[in-house]
Parts: sequence; C-alpha cells; structure tokens
Amino acid sequence: MINFWGYSISETRSINYDKNDKAMTEYIAATVPSSKLCIGCGGCTAGCTAGNLTDFNIRKVQMLMKRGETKDAKEQLQKCMLCGKCMLVCPRGVETRKMILEMLNFIKTNQKLED
Amino acid sequence: MAKVIIIGGGPAGCEAAHQLANQGIEVELVEKSNETGGNLNNWYQLFPDRKYAKDLNAILKGHLEHPNIRLHLGMEPKKIEKSKTGKFNVPLTDGSLLEGDSLLVATGFKIFDARRKEEYGYGIYENVITSVELENMFYNHAITTAGGNTPKRVGIIHCVGSRDEKVCNYHCSKLCCITGVKQAIEIRELLPEAEIFCFYMDMRMFGPGYEEMYREAQEKYNIKFIRGRLSEAAENMQKQLQIKVEDTLVGKPLRMTLDMMILLVGMESSEGTRQTAGELGLNLAPNGFIQPQDPHYRNNFTNVEGVFVAGCGSAPMNLTDTLADARSAASCITAYVKNHKI
Amino acid sequence: MYYDHFVLPFTIGLITLLIYLCFKYYKWIKSFPREERKKIRKGLFSLQTIRSGWEIFRESLLHHKIFKTNPMLGYMHMTFAFGWFLLIVVGKIESMVYHTSAFNPPYFAIFFRYFHPANETFPYSETFAFLMDLILLFLLIGITLAITKRFYSRLFGMKKTTKQRAYDLLILTVLWLIFPVRFLAESFTSGLNGGGSFLTYNAGNFFGSFLPLEHLSYPAWWVYSSLLGLFFLLLPFSRYMHIPTEMVYIFLKNWGVKQGREYNGYSEIQVNACSRCGICINTCQLNSSCDINDIQPVYFLRRIRNHEPLSKQAENCLMCGRCEASCPVGINLNAIRQSQRPDTIRVVKDTYAYVPEPEVKRAKVAYFAGCMSHLTPGIIKSMQQIFEKAKVDYSFIDERAGICCGRPLALSGNWQAAQIVMDKNQEMIEASNADILVTSCPICYKTFKEDYTLKAQIMHHTEYIEMLIREGQLKVNNMDVKTVFHNPCELGRGSQIVHAPENVLKQVSYKITTVYDGKKSLCCGGSLANTAIDSGQKTKISGDTVKAYTAYHPDVIVTACPLCKKTLSKTSTEIPVKDIAELVAEA
Repeated sequence: MINFWGYSISETRSINYDKNDKAMTEYIAATVPSSKLCIGCGGCTAGCTAGNLTDFNIRKVQMLMKRGETKDAKEQLQKCMLCGKCMLVCPRGVETRKMILEMLNFIKTNQKLED
Repeated sequence: MAKVIIIGGGPAGCEAAHQLANQGIEVELVEKSNETGGNLNNWYQLFPDRKYAKDLNAILKGHLEHPNIRLHLGMEPKKIEKSKTGKFNVPLTDGSLLEGDSLLVATGFKIFDARRKEEYGYGIYENVITSVELENMFYNHAITTAGGNTPKRVGIIHCVGSRDEKVCNYHCSKLCCITGVKQAIEIRELLPEAEIFCFYMDMRMFGPGYEEMYREAQEKYNIKFIRGRLSEAAENMQKQLQIKVEDTLVGKPLRMTLDMMILLVGMESSEGTRQTAGELGLNLAPNGFIQPQDPHYRNNFTNVEGVFVAGCGSAPMNLTDTLADARSAASCITAYVKNHKI
Repeated sequence: MYYDHFVLPFTIGLITLLIYLCFKYYKWIKSFPREERKKIRKGLFSLQTIRSGWEIFRESLLHHKIFKTNPMLGYMHMTFAFGWFLLIVVGKIESMVYHTSAFNPPYFAIFFRYFHPANETFPYSETFAFLMDLILLFLLIGITLAITKRFYSRLFGMKKTTKQRAYDLLILTVLWLIFPVRFLAESFTSGLNGGGSFLTYNAGNFFGSFLPLEHLSYPAWWVYSSLLGLFFLLLPFSRYMHIPTEMVYIFLKNWGVKQGREYNGYSEIQVNACSRCGICINTCQLNSSCDINDIQPVYFLRRIRNHEPLSKQAENCLMCGRCEASCPVGINLNAIRQSQRPDTIRVVKDTYAYVPEPEVKRAKVAYFAGCMSHLTPGIIKSMQQIFEKAKVDYSFIDERAGICCGRPLALSGNWQAAQIVMDKNQEMIEASNADILVTSCPICYKTFKEDYTLKAQIMHHTEYIEMLIREGQLKVNNMDVKTVFHNPCELGRGSQIVHAPENVLKQVSYKITTVYDGKKSLCCGGSLANTAIDSGQKTKISGDTVKAYTAYHPDVIVTACPLCKKTLSKTSTEIPVKDIAELVAEA
C-alpha cells in the first residue's frame, strides 16, 4: 500500500510475472519434477484434512508458487499436517507431499541465508 | 474367393463386414454374445443428434443379411493362429474351424469398473450409479433413487477411470464429456425440477455439434458446470451423498449433498482385445489398446501382416469415427487380399 | 621367559585396540539419556546379563539368525567367528595346561607353537595339537567360502553382496591372510622341529621337501604377528568394529535400552554393530523392484559412520521394516533412519491453532477411521455394520472434522510439529471418554500406541473384531473364498499384530498360507515414509507385490490398512483387494 495524502493506492492485483522472483519455482521444478504435471483439478484441496478446517488451499499455494507469488506460501504451508491424502487422490501422480516438504525446505534455507 | 475373419460384432465389426461383403469378399463374423451391436446395446440415445441407439443398431444388423457374411453368434475363438502360409486358423467354441486370408480385430472396449475408484463409493453407496446404468433408466423413462424417490439434485462426475494415474489409466476416454452433457439434458427432460451438476476437469468437446450441445445444456437446460475433481464421497443417514470437490474457479473447497451421483465411466481395452493381441503378438500401446502401425496413414494396420484393427480396439472413439474406421479397415483389407492375389 | 621381538606388533596392536574400545564405549554410553543409563545399572546384575551371554554365543559366534535366513552365509560367518573363538580358547587352555598356570602373557597362547614347537610331553598334548589343527582347517574352509562369496555371490543365494571400498578391502585382505599365514608359520615350524598334527605336520613335511624352511619359519611368525597387530589397529575404523560392538549392543539391548527419536551414542553403537552382512540388501523391495542400490541399511549406516552426506538416502526408504526384521544383529534401522531426517517445520505458538475444540459424542468405544480410510469408504461402512451387528455403543470421532494422527509428520522427521498434532488429537480422543479406541489405520495405530498417552485401550480393528468374535458378540460364517493376507508393515512388523488378523481371516475364509505371512509380508509400495521415489516407482512395487500374491491364485487379496488397500488396488485389476473388515461384514 502506498500512502498518498491520506488516500491509499493498492498495489496492482495482477501477477507481475516479469518482476516476480522465480527461484522457488525453479527449485521445486527441479527437485519435484512431478509437480509440473498439475492440471489444477483441485482433488487435493477438496479432501485436504487441513483445508477442511482452514483456508489452506494446496492447489492455490503451488499454482501461485509457479508464478513466483511466494509471499504467503510460508504462512499457508505451516498449516499442512503432511497426512498425504492429497497425494492419494491426485490423478496426475504429483508427489504433493514431497512438494510441500521441499517448499518448506526452500523457505527455511532462504531464511537462513537472509538472516 | 478371399475370406476375412472378423473378431467382434460391435458397430466396427458389423460395418466392416458389410463393406467387405460388398467388395465380394467372404466374411466370417464372430461375436461372443447372442446378438450383434456390442456396447451399442447398452445405450438409449446417441450424441449429438439424440438418435435412438437401437435404430442405428437395426441398420447395422440389416446390413449383415448378405450372402457373403456368415455370422457366428454366441461363439468365441478358442485360439487364433497364423499359419506359415499366412492363413489364419480360428477354432471356435462350438468346434467349428474358420480359415481366413486376413483377420480384422474389432474387439472394442470395456467399461471401467467403477468399484476401483473406491472413494466415489460405487457398490458401497446405493445412490451412486454409472453412466451405463443411467442409460437403462432412460430406457424405462424413470429416474429414481434406490429408495424410490425422485432426486432433487443430481451430480455427474467426469473422468472416472480416465486420465487417472491412480488407476493406471493415463488416457482420455474422449466420449465421457459429451456423454455427460447428453445425459444431463436427458435427466433434465425427465426431472424438470432437479438441480443438475457436471463436475469436470476439462470439457473436451471434440466432435461436430458437441460444443453446441454443451452451450445448449447451459442455456436451454440449465445444467450447471463446476470445474473440480471429486475427491471423496460419504453417505448420510438419508442415503444422500456428501461430496467434497474444490470449486477451482472460485478457489474454495465445496461441500454438496446429492440425491444421486452418476459416474461417467471411462473406456479400457476389452479382455477380447488383450487376449487377441496376446495370441497374435500384437503390440499394445501403454494404455492397453492395440498399437496401430502408424497413427495417420496406417492406423488400421498392426505389426502382424494380415491382421487389421478397427474401432475401439485401438483407441477410444465415438460411433462416427468407429464406423469410418471400419470402412477404412475394409478398404485396407480389400487392397491387401487383392495384392496377395488371394 | 617366553619372549621374542616378533610378538611386539601383536601385543601393541591388542593393547591399543583395547584402550581405544574402552574410551569409545565410555563416551557413547555417557551420551545416553539419563533414564537409559539407569537401565544399564539396573540390568547389570539381572538375569538379562546371563541371557545376553547366551545370545552372544548364539548370534555373535554361531550366527544362528543368519543361518536361518541363509545357511551358506551363516556357515561362512560361523566358521570365521566360532572358529577363531575356539582357536583362542583352546589355544589358551593348551597354554595353561602346558604352563600349569593361569597367568601367561596373551601372546603366549597365540604363538604357542613357536615357543613350543615339538610335542613336548604335557597332558593331552597330542589331543590339543589335533584340535588346534582341526580348528585351523575349519577356519581355512571359512576363508575359502568368504573369497568365493566375494566373487560369486550368487552361489550364496544373494543377488548382491555388499560393495566394499578400498580401506575395507585392505583390512579384508589382512583378515584373509591371517589364518593362511598362521598355517604357514606353524607348518614351517613343524617341518623344522616336528610337532603339530594331521594338518600342520604333514604340510610341514611337504613344504620341507622343496622349501628352505630354516629361512622361512621365523619371518613367517613375524608376518603372522604383524598381520594380527595391523588387524587390531585397523579394526576400529573398519567394519570389523562390529565384532566387539555387537556384543556390547546385545547387552544393552537386553538390559532394555531403547533407541529414542534422537541420534545418540546408542545409535552410534548400533551403527558400529553392523557387520555389513548384506542381508538387508536382498530383503529391500527398492532393490528388487526399483533397482535402487545405495540406500539399504548396510550402506546407510556406513554413510553415517563415515560422515558422508546422506540426506537423499535418509528420505529414500519405505520404512517397511523388512530389513529390520531380517537384521541378524537386531539394529533399530527405522528409528535410526528417522533420526536422520531433518525437522524442517518451524513450530510457533499458533502452529495448528486452527484445530477446533473437540466436539465428539461420548461412547464406550471410540472409532477413529484415519485420514486415509475416508478414501476407502468400504472399510468405514463395514466397520459401522460390524459395530451395529455387535450392538456396540460407539462414537465415530473423526467422521467430519478429524485431524491427522501425526505419524506422517514424524516419519518425515518433523517431530516437533507432530507432537502438536498428537496433543490435539489426544484431546479429541479423550473427549470421547471411551474405554476402547478402535482404529482402521495401522499408521494411526502405531503412533497411538507408541507416542500417545491414552487412557483408553488401543486396538486395531483386526484385534477388535477378533475380540468380538471370541466373546461371542459377533457371529461370522466361513465363506467359500480363498484368501491371501497382506499384513500391513505398520501392523505386523511395526506393531507386532500378527495373530489377530490371521485368526479372523481363518474364521471367515479359506486362508492360503504364503511365504509372506506374518512378519515376512511385503510392502505395498504406498508408504508415506518415502518421499524420494515417484509414483511410477511406487506403482512398480505395488505391481510386483500383487504379482507375488497372485501366484497363490487367491479369490481375494486381503489386507488391513486403507493405504495398502488403495495402493494394491491400483495394480490388482484381476483380483479384488479387500480389507479384513469388509470380509467380516460380508460373512
């Protein structure tokens, strides 16, 4: 938000693909190749044990991640219980559980680097 | 006179028999059930023109009354052999022996066993039925739940047994999308008050008039389409189904109670296809269907000389394509027997 | 005084080794958590100590467990271990009988033939000479087998033998040389001075016929002593560290010391107790189905020992426990592997705070289906039918808003996050106020038993059904179906539940006996514990497992786990896969 004499102008609501940092996108594509297979059917999210109780949406988190939108990923992924149900329904055989673990790994390593 | 053995009396087998007979070729048509028509016998109306399946079936059957065609109903090949001279020997279950110069595999497809998708509850919950069972309800002009009630909300689930790594079927069965649209319209005609939903991953409207039918379903028949794959279903005390999908276009999980759930079951290669392929040494594609020599120009040829394939033995296809494929196979076989001076 | 300079390498090697071992074991044991150390003090003067002695004799010397898995391999290990042991013991007795004193330097017995070449008259001297020759022959046969195994492992029924590295090969060569050199030294001495028995005496005469023994005999003793000394010096840094460490481990194990979540000195002892026999390579389905050959415990423990990078190998394991069940040393392979998986999820105050206050109906029996069972409604529906048939007052506690049991988090190494989920879940279970907690999922079952502190009695549904039948609350009929039983890893090997499911299955069907019964069951391949392999590889394992069961031509493949059921159904297109609860509900 940019404060402009008492008025605030929202940052653009669109995905700025040119500007977004795609380091995590590349990391996940390399470490979890099956993540590329997602067709966004939402099966994972529909049955999600954590998604049943919160706004956690694993399909959305990984879709946003693929566009370089990783700001909320950390907070969202903390909600996952790693039960693996998503993996069991995925019609594309995406290793969703591994993908989540690797995203968490990436966030943790990068945070260490920043600190 | 040259002689061709056709294994399978579905639409492809019937149409090819007719075309070959017209070319002056003798045909031995082997069908395991007691009538021809194959899976067509299980359908009520066809997409996109809503023609009655039995009418088309009657035409195909009528064509078989030809002096060059010998029909072997209720019979299965005990084995299929190609001799050193290139002839095909097929002993049948009744003890007779067929001998032909060429062989056409028209063994078709089988319907995916929905019980393998356990989370959808087919065979466990009484109000989960398959699209094939729904066709039977259309025949009787009555759609009721197992308890005898008129369903107020019906859900049609796309891609059951197709495009699913979890049942080792990676392929698209092609026809379920349009079948779902057609069936939704037919349900609407019988249940004017009901809410009807289609749950899809992609709407694949590949044929002429299909996209228009999809549009019509939305516009005229008020069918609602939700983009999301069913993850699991549970049953409540009223024997209704509580389903979990994600409404992916909204981006939120969606809970819904249905009175009836219809599974659009996909197509797999039939036992007959696999068995025939095994005995003749035909190559199978990874999806289990017979691998044609070339997907464009030699799509009716197999890796074994003299063995041809037509219809859903080589891939899921609609009736239009199946019949065209049968004619194409017939023309290839005609050329084959002529070139070999049989 | 019996002394010659050549005994020095042996003596120095032996003393250095003993000092090193004392130092190491002290350090490791010191790092145990206090309650584990307490167990040592308690156990030291208990019957367990005697039991351990017997186990050491049976396992470290006779290698009875290896014998059971592979007689040829067992024989090889036995000739080595037991043979060497006898050589030392009989040699020592011989030296004591000769010396008529219990006290003589340790090297005296070892080099007895050098100091007393000829059969001097002392009681039973010829019997001793005969025995010593016999044992030596026994050892030499063992070495021949070991060499053969290295080059033709298939003769031993092993598809693969452990791959060794340069250092290991060096000490292996030293070990292989020790006994042939002893044989030569004794033979040469015998050839010069007489003495020995059927082996060394005859060999001595033979060698003497064409070799200048007077120049060879003394150097041979030097070589023999040097080889021994070198072996002792190399031992702590080689796999032969397992010889002393396995004995220490057997004591600790029998005193009740447990491998916890953390990697500590006890884990170090186990890592060093691995003899690298390679049995785990052959039982591992990642090897047989996916041709993955660098993650098996023998290699994994070696990586830990050598401080090599192992994060990839740590993840690439199904944790099916087949290796653990077949490990002749009984190392806690799963727990050690799990301890090497990093705890990545940062835990803060509001981690999983979204889990609501439990709202469950109170009942005598709480039924917890588990996350996965919601994907196999056949199991849930059958359990509900069984509860109703047996008129049980039950509450389906995770019907709507259940959460995960926490074990999947723990399996990935995230113990902290797992603990929070476990605490929340425990609250929900306690809220039901049930006396019995029944679960359909072996993964949940294992963690309920091991990581929760529940008031309720915890039962897997196979145990519960068995109890209902036994107590007459549930009547079942024997159906005319042939079944094979796939015991889920977490149930059979993981939680020792073997008899309950088999008893139930025998009462409702004709159960075919298979080689995979009980704790020998295969893994379905669907394990959550492995995040390294992809779905294609999991499918391959599932397919191979189904093939193994299909060979018995059953009508139904029966299991007792939603995850196994889903995984096996994926590839079993001809034969239906059912849960035992479904069969019982039908019967």
